[in-house]
Amino acid sequence: MSKLNNELHPLSIPLVPTAGRYAPLRKIARHWQLYLVILLPIAYLIIFKYVPMAGIMIAFKDYNVIKGILGSPWAGMKYFNQFFDSPNFWLYMKNTLGISLYGLLVGFPAPIILALALNEVRNGLFKKSVQLVSYAPYFISTVIMVSILIVNLTPNVGIVSKLFQMLGVENTNFMGIPSLFKSIYVWSDVWQHTGYGAIIYIAALAGVNPELYEAAKVDGASRIQKIINVDIPSLIPVSVILLILNLGNLMKLGFEKIYLMQNPLNLATSEVISTYVYKVGLLGSSFSFSAAIGVFNSVINLTLLVVVNYIAKKLSNNSLW
Amino acid sequence: MARTVSIRESSGDRLFMVLVYAFLTLVLLIVLLPLLYIVSSSFSSPQAVVSGKVWLFPVQFTLDGYKAVFNNPQIGTGFLNSLYYTVVGTLINVVLTVMLAYPLARKTFYGRNMFMVLLVITMMFEGGLIPYYLVVKELNLLDTRWAMILPGALAVFQVIIARTFFQSTIPDELSEAADLDGCSDIRFIFSVVLPLSKPILAVMMLMYAVGHWNAYFDALIFLRSPDLFPLQIVLRNVLILNTVDASMIANANQMLAQQGLKDLLKYSLIVVASGPVLIIYPFVQKYFVKGVMIGSLKG
Repeated sequence: MSKLNNELHPLSIPLVPTAGRYAPLRKIARHWQLYLVILLPIAYLIIFKYVPMAGIMIAFKDYNVIKGILGSPWAGMKYFNQFFDSPNFWLYMKNTLGISLYGLLVGFPAPIILALALNEVRNGLFKKSVQLVSYAPYFISTVIMVSILIVNLTPNVGIVSKLFQMLGVENTNFMGIPSLFKSIYVWSDVWQHTGYGAIIYIAALAGVNPELYEAAKVDGASRIQKIINVDIPSLIPVSVILLILNLGNLMKLGFEKIYLMQNPLNLATSEVISTYVYKVGLLGSSFSFSAAIGVFNSVINLTLLVVVNYIAKKLSNNSLW
Repeated sequence: MARTVSIRESSGDRLFMVLVYAFLTLVLLIVLLPLLYIVSSSFSSPQAVVSGKVWLFPVQFTLDGYKAVFNNPQIGTGFLNSLYYTVVGTLINVVLTVMLAYPLARKTFYGRNMFMVLLVITMMFEGGLIPYYLVVKELNLLDTRWAMILPGALAVFQVIIARTFFQSTIPDELSEAADLDGCSDIRFIFSVVLPLSKPILAVMMLMYAVGHWNAYFDALIFLRSPDLFPLQIVLRNVLILNTVDASMIANANQMLAQQGLKDLLKYSLIVVASGPVLIIYPFVQKYFVKGVMIGSLKG
């Protein structure tokens, strides 16, 4: 090693990148410590990311615990067909996409609106308080979040259900009404994430060229006109990127919150693909069937991501790659 | 003429600002009210809570709910377990993230692009739940403390943020100069890179720590023994599944044998469990905001 280092003394010629046959080897040898450093994290990626990717083949096999993944016989598309043919296939698809799209429709513009409103307000105690308070729910864990939801919606006890009662709503057992599940899920998500989601837009608005505002003022633009013609256009690049990412995750609907919000009364609208995968696979031990559903889900996600990215690139020149 | 126009516009603007302030006040109230209601209920008597008398202020002040929470051994164990997973997990997270992000930030690192591709692929494809579970099972990690730490030892997103930071704050000239002076790469990381990266290390630590403290999915699928359960699993059992075990009641027998005990306990438990994060949060808020900003540089 030290011999190599001597060869590469600063004043000697080989320091200049050589196009020789052994140039890569020399570069590696010279910075061998960096390869040593990267070894452990790469091992992590291989064990916990790449081995599970290879494990996808379980979806095409009749997995048997004793024979192991490699020893189990191939089953082709059997488990995929079993899922497509199952009576609940369309129900779970509908629930998953329904909640996702509803969530996107409400949850995507919400932080933008909050950021635009905060941007109008002068820096001061009021603005700081709104920011501090609205970011805070982001740090509440999912378990606590769902508990807060249940407690606040307890009929005759929780403050939210009491408020609805005052407004004349009859049945206030909200968590048990299947048709309300989507709304409760989506609006509580808005409650939890809007403030934090606004941070990135507030930053984008802070970066707007002041000359644009000057020009708008000279032209006699009102505040609303200024928002429409200066603020909103300046948010488009960030929002397109975030929209692509969100659309690519449409089917990746979070397991945790939905699973915790489920109860026997609302299952008809609350069972989604991720909760079904967990129940069938880990609780029911149908590994291959469950893995097939997981693969189906990922394929749709990846396709969505690629398609949406392509469209965004064509339409607005903003894209992930 | 011009004058009337400008007055009309400014009054329109004034009305608009009134609406903006009203909207933001409404946002403030909507976020605060449900939380305030829970805090007030946790200090109220069970009867007042159950009969729906509590709105924004405690009714018949009492600390019984808190006594029950602190007398519960399960919650104590969960708290200590979570503390362990958070401290050890975060430490491993930060070390591994730097170990991967720094070499990838060096322009002279041969094979950098190949490793980057290896990294980005993991963001687009994933094995899914079942293969992930089977890997942990095959490694004999099921129902051990390691199952809470190793599978999530690294977040690819954090690596990319850290790499962006290293690239923009540590100039190539610096590592080249150190190289010429005979400073080894590992020594360079310890004596130059880390001291220069304190802001990103702080952000990373906070992000990882909150993630560990709030996590419950890995515990749900990997752990079976109650004495390994993190706080979030205990909370789920008590708050959502309503399984208050006998010891919980027995300990606080005399004072809490009334109706509504379980409910009161829930309110106090929510306050105790989310309290630490929400109390620390205003002090570290700026770091989180900074984290979001650095993350957005990528896009």
